[in-house]
Amino acid sequence: MSDYNFAYLDEQTKRMIRRAILKGLAIPGYQVPFASREMPMPYGWGTGGVQVSAATLTPDDTLKVIDQGADDTTNAVSIRKFFERTADVATTSKTAEATVIQTRHRIPEEVLSEDQILVYQVPIPEPLRFLEPRETETRKMHALEEYGLMHVKLYEDIARHGHIATSYAYPVEVQGRYVMDPSPIPKFDNPKMEMAAIQLFGAGREQRIYALPPYTKVVSLDFDDHPFEASKAPHACALCGAEDSYLDEVITDDQGGRMFVCSDTDYCESRRAAGHVGKDAA
Amino acid sequence: MTPLLSVRDIRKTYGSHVGCTDVAFDLYPGEVMGIVGESGSGKTTLLNCLAGQLTPDQGQVVFGTREAGPRDTLQMSEPERRMLRRTDWAFVHQHARDGLRMNVSAGGNVGERLMAVGARHYGDIRDSAADWLGRVEISEARIDDRPTTFSGGMQQRLQIARNLVTNPRLVFMDEPTGGLDVSVQARLLDLLRGLVRDMGLSAIIVTHDLAVVRLLADRLMVMKDGHVIETGLTDQVLDDPQEPYTQLLVSSVLQV
Repeated sequence: MSDYNFAYLDEQTKRMIRRAILKGLAIPGYQVPFASREMPMPYGWGTGGVQVSAATLTPDDTLKVIDQGADDTTNAVSIRKFFERTADVATTSKTAEATVIQTRHRIPEEVLSEDQILVYQVPIPEPLRFLEPRETETRKMHALEEYGLMHVKLYEDIARHGHIATSYAYPVEVQGRYVMDPSPIPKFDNPKMEMAAIQLFGAGREQRIYALPPYTKVVSLDFDDHPFEASKAPHACALCGAEDSYLDEVITDDQGGRMFVCSDTDYCESRRAAGHVGKDAA
Repeated sequence: MTPLLSVRDIRKTYGSHVGCTDVAFDLYPGEVMGIVGESGSGKTTLLNCLAGQLTPDQGQVVFGTREAGPRDTLQMSEPERRMLRRTDWAFVHQHARDGLRMNVSAGGNVGERLMAVGARHYGDIRDSAADWLGRVEISEARIDDRPTTFSGGMQQRLQIARNLVTNPRLVFMDEPTGGLDVSVQARLLDLLRGLVRDMGLSAIIVTHDLAVVRLLADRLMVMKDGHVIETGLTDQVLDDPQEPYTQLLVSSVLQV
Protein backbone atom coordinates (compact mmCIF):
# COMPACT_ATOMS: atom_id res chain seq x y z
CA MET A 1 0.00 0.00 0.00
CA SER A 2 2.80 2.44 0.81
CA ASP A 3 4.04 2.16 -2.76
CA TYR A 4 1.33 4.55 -3.98
CA ASN A 5 0.01 7.83 -2.73
CA PHE A 6 -3.60 7.33 -1.59
CA ALA A 7 -5.73 6.64 -4.68
CA TYR A 8 -2.73 6.77 -7.04
CA LEU A 9 -2.80 10.52 -7.84
CA ASP A 10 -0.59 12.96 -5.94
CA GLU A 11 -2.25 15.43 -3.58
CA GLN A 12 -1.75 18.46 -5.84
CA THR A 13 -3.46 16.74 -8.72
CA LYS A 14 -6.39 15.65 -6.58
CA ARG A 15 -6.70 19.19 -5.33
CA MET A 16 -6.81 20.48 -8.90
CA ILE A 17 -9.48 17.93 -9.81
CA ARG A 18 -11.54 18.75 -6.70
CA ARG A 19 -11.49 22.39 -7.69
CA ALA A 20 -12.84 21.49 -11.12
CA ILE A 21 -15.50 19.32 -9.47
CA LEU A 22 -16.57 22.13 -7.16
CA LYS A 23 -16.78 24.54 -10.06
CA GLY A 24 -18.81 21.98 -12.00
CA LEU A 25 -21.20 21.60 -9.07
CA ALA A 26 -21.56 25.36 -8.83
CA ILE A 27 -22.51 25.61 -12.52
CA PRO A 28 -24.55 22.47 -13.22
CA GLY A 29 -23.97 21.10 -16.69
CA TYR A 30 -21.05 23.39 -17.52
CA GLN A 31 -17.98 21.58 -18.82
CA VAL A 32 -15.02 22.58 -16.67
CA PRO A 33 -11.63 22.09 -18.34
CA PHE A 34 -9.08 20.31 -16.17
CA ALA A 35 -5.52 19.09 -16.61
CA SER A 36 -6.25 15.42 -17.15
CA ARG A 37 -3.37 13.15 -16.14
CA GLU A 38 -1.96 10.13 -17.86
CA MET A 39 -3.47 7.12 -16.09
CA PRO A 40 -2.20 3.55 -16.15
CA MET A 41 -4.96 2.49 -18.52
CA PRO A 42 -5.85 3.39 -22.09
CA TYR A 43 -8.08 6.32 -23.00
CA GLY A 44 -11.60 5.09 -23.47
CA TRP A 45 -11.34 2.79 -20.45
CA GLY A 46 -12.56 5.40 -18.03
CA THR A 47 -9.51 7.57 -17.33
CA GLY A 48 -11.77 10.56 -16.63
CA GLY A 49 -14.01 8.65 -14.26
CA VAL A 50 -11.00 7.14 -12.48
CA GLN A 51 -9.46 10.55 -11.87
CA VAL A 52 -12.72 11.92 -10.51
CA SER A 53 -13.12 8.85 -8.29
CA ALA A 54 -9.55 9.19 -7.07
CA ALA A 55 -10.15 12.82 -6.11
CA THR A 56 -13.44 11.94 -4.43
CA LEU A 57 -12.48 8.82 -2.45
CA THR A 58 -11.61 8.93 1.23
CA PRO A 59 -10.19 5.96 3.16
CA ASP A 60 -13.62 5.35 4.75
CA ASP A 61 -15.45 5.08 1.44
CA THR A 62 -16.90 1.93 -0.04
CA LEU A 63 -16.47 1.73 -3.79
CA LYS A 64 -18.62 0.01 -6.37
CA VAL A 65 -17.67 -0.07 -10.05
CA ILE A 66 -20.07 -1.05 -12.81
CA ASP A 67 -19.66 -1.38 -16.54
CA GLN A 68 -22.94 -1.40 -18.49
CA GLY A 69 -24.61 -2.22 -15.17
CA ALA A 70 -22.47 -5.28 -14.48
CA ASP A 71 -20.00 -5.65 -11.61
CA ASP A 72 -18.10 -8.51 -13.20
CA THR A 73 -16.96 -7.26 -16.61
CA THR A 74 -13.34 -6.48 -17.48
CA ASN A 75 -13.56 -2.72 -17.14
CA ALA A 76 -15.36 -2.86 -13.79
CA VAL A 77 -13.10 -5.53 -12.36
CA SER A 78 -9.88 -3.82 -13.34
CA ILE A 79 -10.90 -0.40 -12.03
CA ARG A 80 -12.13 -1.94 -8.78
CA LYS A 81 -8.82 -3.79 -8.38
CA PHE A 82 -6.93 -0.61 -9.19
CA PHE A 83 -8.52 1.22 -6.27
CA GLU A 84 -8.27 -1.80 -3.96
CA ARG A 85 -4.56 -1.74 -4.60
CA THR A 86 -3.82 1.99 -4.66
CA ALA A 87 -6.35 3.28 -2.12
CA ASP A 88 -7.02 0.19 -0.02
CA VAL A 89 -10.70 1.14 0.18
CA ALA A 90 -13.48 -1.33 0.82
CA THR A 91 -15.29 -2.45 -2.31
CA THR A 92 -18.71 -3.91 -2.79
CA SER A 93 -21.09 -4.93 -5.51
CA LYS A 94 -24.13 -3.93 -3.46
CA THR A 95 -25.51 -0.60 -4.66
CA ALA A 96 -26.97 0.30 -1.27
CA GLU A 97 -23.68 -0.28 0.57
CA ALA A 98 -21.50 1.81 -1.74
CA THR A 99 -20.69 5.45 -1.02
CA VAL A 100 -18.92 6.08 -4.32
CA ILE A 101 -20.12 4.33 -7.47
CA GLN A 102 -18.12 4.64 -10.67
CA THR A 103 -20.21 3.73 -13.67
CA ARG A 104 -19.84 3.23 -17.36
CA HIS A 105 -23.04 3.68 -19.40
CA ARG A 106 -25.67 2.92 -16.73
CA ILE A 107 -27.38 4.30 -13.64
CA PRO A 108 -28.10 1.58 -11.06
CA GLU A 109 -31.73 0.49 -10.82
CA GLU A 110 -31.80 0.97 -7.07
CA VAL A 111 -32.66 4.53 -6.05
CA LEU A 112 -29.55 6.32 -4.80
CA SER A 113 -29.48 8.34 -1.60
CA GLU A 114 -28.03 11.66 -0.52
CA ASP A 115 -24.86 10.15 0.94
CA GLN A 116 -23.81 8.56 -2.33
CA ILE A 117 -21.77 9.87 -5.25
CA LEU A 118 -22.19 8.57 -8.80
CA VAL A 119 -19.15 9.02 -11.06
CA TYR A 120 -19.66 8.65 -14.82
CA GLN A 121 -17.05 7.83 -17.42
CA VAL A 122 -17.57 10.10 -20.41
CA PRO A 123 -16.07 9.58 -23.88
CA ILE A 124 -17.29 12.79 -25.64
CA PRO A 125 -18.54 15.46 -23.23
CA GLU A 126 -19.67 17.90 -25.93
CA PRO A 127 -23.27 17.20 -26.98
CA LEU A 128 -22.95 19.48 -30.01
CA ARG A 129 -19.74 17.92 -31.26
CA PHE A 130 -21.00 15.84 -34.17
CA LEU A 131 -22.91 18.78 -35.64
CA GLU A 132 -20.37 21.51 -34.95
CA PRO A 133 -16.76 20.34 -35.04
CA ARG A 134 -15.22 23.67 -33.94
CA GLU A 135 -14.59 23.86 -30.19
CA THR A 136 -14.48 27.68 -30.30
CA GLU A 137 -17.92 27.69 -31.84
CA THR A 138 -19.48 25.15 -29.43
CA ARG A 139 -18.15 27.08 -26.44
CA LYS A 140 -19.74 30.22 -27.81
CA MET A 141 -22.99 28.38 -28.37
CA HIS A 142 -23.01 27.20 -24.76
CA ALA A 143 -22.16 30.67 -23.52
CA LEU A 144 -24.95 32.29 -25.53
CA GLU A 145 -27.42 29.44 -24.98
CA GLU A 146 -27.79 28.80 -28.71
CA TYR A 147 -29.06 25.27 -28.67
CA GLY A 148 -31.14 25.15 -31.85
CA LEU A 149 -28.59 22.82 -33.37
CA MET A 150 -29.35 20.12 -30.83
CA HIS A 151 -32.88 19.97 -32.16
CA VAL A 152 -31.55 19.68 -35.72
CA LYS A 153 -30.06 16.36 -34.64
CA LEU A 154 -33.39 15.20 -33.25
CA TYR A 155 -35.15 16.48 -36.39
CA GLU A 156 -32.82 14.38 -38.50
CA ASP A 157 -33.66 11.35 -36.38
CA ILE A 158 -37.38 11.74 -36.91
CA ALA A 159 -36.97 12.52 -40.63
CA ARG A 160 -34.93 9.38 -41.14
CA HIS A 161 -36.54 6.91 -38.74
CA GLY A 162 -39.99 8.29 -38.03
CA HIS A 163 -39.23 8.71 -34.34
CA ILE A 164 -36.36 9.98 -32.19
CA ALA A 165 -33.97 7.10 -32.69
CA THR A 166 -31.24 8.39 -30.39
CA SER A 167 -31.37 5.74 -27.70
CA TYR A 168 -28.28 6.55 -25.65
CA ALA A 169 -26.29 9.71 -24.83
CA TYR A 170 -29.62 11.48 -25.19
CA PRO A 171 -29.08 15.24 -24.71
CA VAL A 172 -30.56 16.90 -21.63
CA GLU A 173 -31.10 20.46 -20.52
CA VAL A 174 -29.85 21.08 -17.00
CA GLN A 175 -31.71 23.46 -14.67
CA GLY A 176 -33.04 25.43 -17.65
CA ARG A 177 -29.57 26.46 -18.78
CA TYR A 178 -26.82 24.19 -20.12
CA VAL A 179 -27.40 21.38 -22.58
CA MET A 180 -25.39 18.38 -21.46
CA ASP A 181 -24.38 14.98 -22.75
CA PRO A 182 -25.36 12.51 -20.03
CA SER A 183 -22.58 10.12 -21.22
CA PRO A 184 -23.72 7.07 -23.19
CA ILE A 185 -26.33 5.90 -20.71
CA PRO A 186 -29.51 4.50 -22.31
CA LYS A 187 -32.26 7.09 -22.51
CA PHE A 188 -34.19 4.77 -20.19
CA ASP A 189 -31.94 6.17 -17.44
CA ASN A 190 -32.45 9.85 -18.29
CA PRO A 191 -35.44 10.40 -15.98
CA LYS A 192 -33.41 8.95 -13.11
CA MET A 193 -30.90 11.78 -13.33
CA GLU A 194 -33.06 13.94 -11.07
CA MET A 195 -31.79 12.12 -8.01
CA ALA A 196 -30.63 12.57 -4.43
CA ALA A 197 -27.01 11.57 -5.08
CA ILE A 198 -24.28 13.84 -6.43
CA GLN A 199 -23.44 13.03 -10.05
CA LEU A 200 -19.96 13.73 -11.39
CA PHE A 201 -18.85 13.30 -14.99
CA GLY A 202 -15.22 12.86 -16.00
CA ALA A 203 -13.86 12.85 -19.55
CA GLY A 204 -10.15 12.04 -19.43
CA ARG A 205 -9.11 12.32 -23.04
CA GLU A 206 -11.25 15.42 -23.63
CA GLN A 207 -10.12 16.92 -20.29
CA ARG A 208 -13.53 17.99 -19.07
CA ILE A 209 -15.39 17.56 -15.79
CA TYR A 210 -19.03 18.42 -15.25
CA ALA A 211 -21.49 17.73 -12.50
CA LEU A 212 -25.08 17.64 -11.31
CA PRO A 213 -25.80 18.58 -7.69
CA PRO A 214 -28.57 16.59 -5.94
CA TYR A 215 -32.12 17.22 -7.16
CA THR A 216 -31.02 19.25 -10.17
CA LYS A 217 -33.73 19.61 -12.78
CA VAL A 218 -32.82 17.54 -15.82
CA VAL A 219 -35.05 17.68 -18.89
CA SER A 220 -34.55 15.49 -21.95
CA LEU A 221 -34.88 17.53 -25.15
CA ASP A 222 -37.76 16.71 -27.47
CA PHE A 223 -40.37 18.12 -29.86
CA ASP A 224 -43.91 19.05 -28.85
CA ASP A 225 -45.34 16.46 -31.23
CA HIS A 226 -42.61 13.86 -30.60
CA PRO A 227 -42.19 13.82 -26.82
CA PHE A 228 -39.30 12.12 -25.06
CA GLU A 229 -39.86 8.48 -24.21
CA ALA A 230 -37.71 6.39 -21.90
CA SER A 231 -37.61 3.17 -23.87
CA LYS A 232 -36.55 -0.37 -23.00
CA ALA A 233 -36.95 -3.82 -24.49
CA PRO A 234 -40.61 -4.86 -24.03
CA HIS A 235 -39.88 -7.94 -21.94
CA ALA A 236 -39.44 -9.06 -18.37
CA CYS A 237 -36.04 -10.19 -17.10
CA ALA A 238 -35.64 -13.90 -17.90
CA LEU A 239 -33.85 -14.55 -14.62
CA CYS A 240 -35.59 -12.43 -12.00
CA GLY A 241 -38.84 -11.48 -13.74
CA ALA A 242 -38.36 -7.73 -13.19
CA GLU A 243 -40.45 -5.65 -15.55
CA ASP A 244 -39.15 -2.23 -14.54
CA SER A 245 -35.42 -2.68 -15.19
CA TYR A 246 -33.29 -2.00 -18.25
CA LEU A 247 -32.58 -5.23 -20.12
CA ASP A 248 -29.64 -6.64 -22.06
CA GLU A 249 -30.34 -8.92 -24.96
CA VAL A 250 -28.19 -12.03 -24.75
CA ILE A 251 -27.80 -14.32 -27.77
CA THR A 252 -27.81 -17.89 -26.50
CA ASP A 253 -27.21 -19.95 -29.63
CA ASP A 254 -26.95 -19.62 -33.41
CA GLN A 255 -30.57 -20.73 -33.94
CA GLY A 256 -32.02 -17.35 -33.07
CA GLY A 257 -32.27 -18.12 -29.36
CA ARG A 258 -32.08 -15.10 -27.09
CA MET A 259 -32.94 -13.99 -23.60
CA PHE A 260 -33.43 -10.63 -21.96
CA VAL A 261 -31.79 -10.13 -18.59
CA CYS A 262 -31.31 -7.17 -16.27
CA SER A 263 -28.23 -5.19 -17.21
CA ASP A 264 -27.84 -4.23 -13.53
CA THR A 265 -26.40 -7.49 -12.14
CA ASP A 266 -26.66 -6.45 -8.50
CA TYR A 267 -30.34 -5.61 -8.89
CA CYS A 268 -31.02 -8.93 -10.60
CA GLU A 269 -29.12 -10.95 -7.98
CA SER A 270 -30.78 -9.29 -5.04
CA ARG A 271 -34.19 -9.87 -6.60
CA ARG A 272 -33.41 -13.54 -7.15
CA ALA A 273 -32.14 -13.83 -3.59
CA ALA A 274 -35.48 -12.42 -2.47
CA GLY A 275 -37.23 -15.23 -4.31
CA HIS A 276 -38.28 -13.62 -7.60
CA VAL A 277 -38.04 -16.05 -10.49
CA GLY A 278 -38.07 -15.30 -14.23
CA LYS A 279 -39.20 -17.69 -16.94
CA ASP A 280 -35.70 -18.91 -17.87
CA ALA A 281 -34.25 -19.19 -14.37
CA ALA A 282 -32.62 -22.58 -14.14
CA MET B 1 -38.83 57.18 -44.81
CA THR B 2 -36.04 55.94 -42.54
CA PRO B 3 -33.33 53.82 -44.08
CA LEU B 4 -33.22 50.13 -43.14
CA LEU B 5 -29.45 50.17 -43.09
CA SER B 6 -27.32 53.22 -42.88
CA VAL B 7 -23.57 52.84 -43.20
CA ARG B 8 -21.12 55.54 -42.24
CA ASP B 9 -17.40 55.82 -42.71
CA ILE B 10 -16.51 52.12 -42.73
CA ARG B 11 -12.83 51.32 -42.77
CA LYS B 12 -11.09 47.98 -42.52
CA THR B 13 -7.38 47.44 -42.95
CA TYR B 14 -5.29 44.31 -42.95
CA GLY B 15 -2.04 45.63 -41.50
CA SER B 16 -0.88 48.32 -43.90
CA HIS B 17 -3.11 46.98 -46.66
CA VAL B 18 -6.46 48.72 -47.01
CA GLY B 19 -9.43 46.34 -47.29
CA CYS B 20 -12.02 49.05 -47.74
CA THR B 21 -12.26 52.65 -46.59
CA ASP B 22 -14.60 55.68 -46.55
CA VAL B 23 -17.70 53.69 -47.37
CA ALA B 24 -21.02 55.33 -46.60
CA PHE B 25 -24.52 54.74 -47.97
CA ASP B 26 -28.17 54.32 -47.00
CA LEU B 27 -30.29 51.37 -47.98
CA TYR B 28 -34.05 51.80 -47.86
CA PRO B 29 -36.63 49.05 -47.28
CA GLY B 30 -37.29 47.04 -50.42
CA GLU B 31 -34.20 48.32 -52.15
CA VAL B 32 -31.55 46.14 -53.71
CA MET B 33 -28.03 47.44 -53.94
CA GLY B 34 -25.27 45.92 -56.02
CA ILE B 35 -21.58 46.23 -55.24
CA VAL B 36 -19.34 45.54 -58.21
CA GLY B 37 -15.63 45.72 -58.79
CA GLU B 38 -12.72 43.49 -59.72
CA SER B 39 -11.24 40.79 -57.49
CA GLY B 40 -9.43 42.29 -54.51
CA SER B 41 -11.28 45.60 -54.67
CA GLY B 42 -12.69 45.14 -51.15
CA LYS B 43 -16.25 44.07 -52.03
CA THR B 44 -16.30 40.99 -49.86
CA THR B 45 -14.46 42.69 -47.02
CA LEU B 46 -17.12 45.39 -47.04
CA LEU B 47 -19.95 42.86 -47.12
CA ASN B 48 -18.44 40.92 -44.22
CA CYS B 49 -18.08 44.13 -42.22
CA LEU B 50 -21.71 45.02 -42.83
CA ALA B 51 -22.98 41.53 -42.00
CA GLY B 52 -21.07 41.35 -38.74
CA GLN B 53 -18.69 38.62 -39.90
CA LEU B 54 -15.71 40.99 -39.66
CA THR B 55 -15.22 43.85 -37.25
CA PRO B 56 -14.33 47.07 -39.10
CA ASP B 57 -11.65 49.34 -37.63
CA GLN B 58 -14.01 52.27 -37.58
CA GLY B 59 -17.45 53.35 -38.71
CA GLN B 60 -21.09 52.71 -38.00
CA VAL B 61 -23.57 50.18 -39.36
CA VAL B 62 -26.99 51.34 -38.18
CA PHE B 63 -29.79 48.83 -38.75
CA GLY B 64 -33.47 49.58 -38.20
CA THR B 65 -34.40 46.79 -35.79
CA ARG B 66 -38.00 45.71 -35.35
CA GLU B 67 -38.17 46.37 -31.63
CA ALA B 68 -35.72 49.13 -30.78
CA GLY B 69 -35.54 51.20 -33.98
CA PRO B 70 -32.18 52.20 -35.50
CA ARG B 71 -29.22 50.66 -33.66
CA ASP B 72 -25.54 50.50 -34.44
CA THR B 73 -24.90 46.78 -34.90
CA LEU B 74 -21.21 47.22 -34.17
CA GLN B 75 -22.03 48.47 -30.66
CA MET B 76 -24.50 45.64 -30.01
CA SER B 77 -23.57 42.81 -27.70
CA GLU B 78 -22.60 39.60 -29.44
CA PRO B 79 -25.76 37.66 -28.48
CA GLU B 80 -27.91 40.45 -29.95
CA ARG B 81 -25.89 40.49 -33.14
CA ARG B 82 -26.05 36.73 -33.50
CA MET B 83 -29.79 36.85 -32.88
CA LEU B 84 -30.11 39.42 -35.65
CA ARG B 85 -28.09 37.14 -37.88
CA ARG B 86 -30.55 34.30 -37.51
CA THR B 87 -33.75 36.35 -37.68
CA ASP B 88 -33.75 39.62 -39.59
CA TRP B 89 -30.59 39.07 -41.59
CA ALA B 90 -29.63 36.44 -44.07
CA PHE B 91 -26.30 35.68 -45.66
CA VAL B 92 -26.00 33.78 -48.93
CA HIS B 93 -22.49 32.53 -49.50
CA GLN B 94 -20.81 32.13 -52.84
CA HIS B 95 -20.15 28.47 -52.17
CA ALA B 96 -23.26 26.70 -50.95
CA ARG B 97 -21.04 24.40 -48.87
CA ASP B 98 -20.09 27.34 -46.64
CA GLY B 99 -23.70 28.15 -45.93
CA LEU B 100 -25.17 24.66 -45.63
CA ARG B 101 -24.68 21.78 -43.26
CA MET B 102 -23.68 19.13 -45.74
CA ASN B 103 -24.32 16.18 -43.40
CA VAL B 104 -27.84 17.28 -42.51
CA SER B 105 -30.89 16.65 -44.74
CA ALA B 106 -32.41 19.45 -46.83
CA GLY B 107 -35.35 19.70 -44.45
CA GLY B 108 -33.03 19.95 -41.45
CA ASN B 109 -31.03 22.65 -43.18
CA VAL B 110 -34.11 24.74 -43.80
CA GLY B 111 -35.49 24.03 -40.33
CA GLU B 112 -32.31 24.96 -38.47
CA ARG B 113 -33.06 28.66 -38.30
CA LEU B 114 -36.59 27.96 -37.10
CA MET B 115 -35.30 25.69 -34.36
CA ALA B 116 -32.65 28.27 -33.48
CA VAL B 117 -35.37 30.80 -32.71
CA GLY B 118 -37.35 28.34 -30.64
CA ALA B 119 -39.61 26.28 -32.93
CA ARG B 120 -40.23 22.97 -31.15
CA HIS B 121 -43.01 21.39 -33.18
CA TYR B 122 -41.66 18.84 -35.64
CA GLY B 123 -44.74 18.86 -37.88
CA ASP B 124 -44.75 22.64 -38.25
CA ILE B 125 -41.01 22.79 -38.92
CA ARG B 126 -41.33 20.14 -41.58
CA ASP B 127 -44.30 21.86 -43.21
CA SER B 128 -42.50 25.16 -43.54
CA ALA B 129 -39.38 23.36 -44.79
CA ALA B 130 -41.48 21.66 -47.47
CA ASP B 131 -43.15 24.95 -48.34
CA TRP B 132 -39.81 26.67 -48.74
CA LEU B 133 -38.32 23.88 -50.81
CA GLY B 134 -41.28 24.31 -53.14
CA ARG B 135 -40.72 28.04 -53.36
CA VAL B 136 -37.13 27.52 -54.49
CA GLU B 137 -38.20 24.84 -56.97
CA ILE B 138 -36.79 21.82 -55.17
CA SER B 139 -39.08 18.79 -55.25
CA GLU B 140 -40.60 17.98 -51.87
CA ALA B 141 -39.62 14.35 -52.43
CA ARG B 142 -36.01 15.37 -51.78
CA ILE B 143 -36.68 16.84 -48.34
CA ASP B 144 -34.80 14.01 -46.60
CA ASP B 145 -31.84 13.94 -49.00
CA ARG B 146 -28.54 15.47 -48.02
CA PRO B 147 -27.21 18.48 -49.91
CA THR B 148 -24.23 16.37 -51.01
CA THR B 149 -26.58 14.62 -53.43
CA PHE B 150 -27.78 17.93 -54.90
CA SER B 151 -26.42 19.70 -57.98
CA GLY B 152 -24.64 23.04 -57.58
CA GLY B 153 -27.70 25.05 -58.58
CA MET B 154 -29.95 23.12 -56.21
CA GLN B 155 -27.49 23.58 -53.36
CA GLN B 156 -27.52 27.31 -53.97
CA ARG B 157 -31.33 27.38 -54.03
CA LEU B 158 -31.42 25.32 -50.84
CA GLN B 159 -29.10 27.83 -49.23
CA ILE B 160 -31.47 30.60 -50.19
CA ALA B 161 -34.47 28.73 -48.76
CA ARG B 162 -32.58 28.07 -45.53
CA ASN B 163 -31.83 31.77 -45.19
CA LEU B 164 -35.26 33.13 -46.05
CA VAL B 165 -37.32 30.79 -43.87
CA THR B 166 -37.40 33.21 -40.93
CA ASN B 167 -38.61 36.07 -43.18
CA PRO B 168 -35.53 38.26 -42.88
CA ARG B 169 -35.66 41.87 -43.98
CA LEU B 170 -32.09 42.22 -45.18
CA VAL B 171 -30.18 39.72 -47.27
CA PHE B 172 -26.45 39.82 -47.88
CA MET B 173 -25.34 37.94 -50.96
CA ASP B 174 -21.76 37.20 -51.86
CA GLU B 175 -21.52 36.22 -55.54
CA PRO B 176 -24.76 34.20 -55.40
CA THR B 177 -24.36 32.99 -58.98
CA GLY B 178 -20.62 32.33 -58.93
CA GLY B 179 -19.59 28.91 -60.16
CA LEU B 180 -22.91 28.09 -61.80
CA ASP B 181 -23.38 27.57 -65.51
CA VAL B 182 -25.29 30.26 -67.37
CA SER B 183 -28.67 28.52 -67.74
CA VAL B 184 -28.68 27.63 -64.04
CA GLN B 185 -27.62 31.21 -63.28
CA ALA B 186 -30.55 32.52 -65.26
CA ARG B 187 -33.03 30.38 -63.32
CA LEU B 188 -31.49 31.36 -60.02
CA LEU B 189 -31.65 35.04 -60.92
CA ASP B 190 -35.28 34.65 -61.92
CA LEU B 191 -36.02 33.03 -58.61
CA LEU B 192 -34.13 35.64 -56.63
CA ARG B 193 -35.85 38.46 -58.43
CA GLY B 194 -39.25 36.92 -57.70
CA LEU B 195 -38.45 36.39 -54.02
CA VAL B 196 -37.05 39.87 -53.56
CA ARG B 197 -40.16 41.43 -55.13
CA ASP B 198 -42.68 39.17 -53.35
CA MET B 199 -41.19 39.47 -49.90
CA GLY B 200 -40.17 43.11 -50.21
CA LEU B 201 -36.64 42.19 -49.22
CA SER B 202 -33.79 44.61 -49.07
CA ALA B 203 -30.58 43.11 -50.33
CA ILE B 204 -26.92 43.89 -50.79
CA ILE B 205 -25.41 41.85 -53.59
CA VAL B 206 -21.68 41.61 -54.13
CA THR B 207 -20.72 40.35 -57.55
CA HIS B 208 -18.35 40.87 -60.42
CA ASP B 209 -21.04 39.87 -62.88
CA LEU B 210 -22.66 42.98 -64.33
CA ALA B 211 -25.58 41.00 -65.72
CA VAL B 212 -26.56 40.01 -62.20
CA VAL B 213 -26.76 43.60 -60.97
CA ARG B 214 -28.51 44.74 -64.14
CA LEU B 215 -31.29 42.26 -63.39
CA LEU B 216 -31.50 42.52 -59.63
CA ALA B 217 -30.12 45.78 -58.32
CA ASP B 218 -31.84 49.14 -58.09
CA ARG B 219 -28.65 50.95 -57.22
CA LEU B 220 -25.02 50.27 -57.87
CA MET B 221 -21.77 50.95 -56.10
CA VAL B 222 -18.49 50.48 -57.97
CA MET B 223 -15.40 49.71 -55.90
CA LYS B 224 -11.74 49.85 -56.72
CA ASP B 225 -8.77 49.40 -54.38
CA GLY B 226 -10.98 49.65 -51.31
CA HIS B 227 -12.66 52.89 -52.35
CA VAL B 228 -16.13 53.51 -53.70
CA ILE B 229 -15.48 55.31 -56.97
CA GLU B 230 -18.95 55.61 -58.40
CA THR B 231 -22.53 55.23 -57.21
CA GLY B 232 -25.90 55.72 -58.83
CA LEU B 233 -28.93 54.00 -60.26
CA THR B 234 -27.96 50.75 -61.91
CA ASP B 235 -29.02 51.65 -65.44
CA GLN B 236 -27.44 55.05 -65.14
CA VAL B 237 -24.07 53.68 -64.03
CA LEU B 238 -24.03 50.88 -66.56
CA ASP B 239 -25.26 52.91 -69.52
CA ASP B 240 -23.37 56.09 -68.82
CA PRO B 241 -20.32 55.31 -66.70
CA GLN B 242 -18.36 58.38 -65.62
CA GLU B 243 -15.19 57.00 -64.07
CA PRO B 244 -12.51 55.51 -66.32
CA TYR B 245 -12.47 52.29 -64.32
CA THR B 246 -16.24 51.88 -64.59
CA GLN B 247 -16.03 52.51 -68.31
CA LEU B 248 -13.40 49.79 -68.55
CA LEU B 249 -15.53 47.43 -66.50
CA VAL B 250 -18.62 47.99 -68.62
CA SER B 251 -16.75 47.69 -71.89
CA SER B 252 -15.03 44.48 -70.75
CA VAL B 253 -18.27 42.52 -70.86
CA LEU B 254 -18.40 40.26 -73.88
CA GLN B 255 -21.36 40.84 -76.16
CA VAL B 256 -22.57 37.58 -77.60
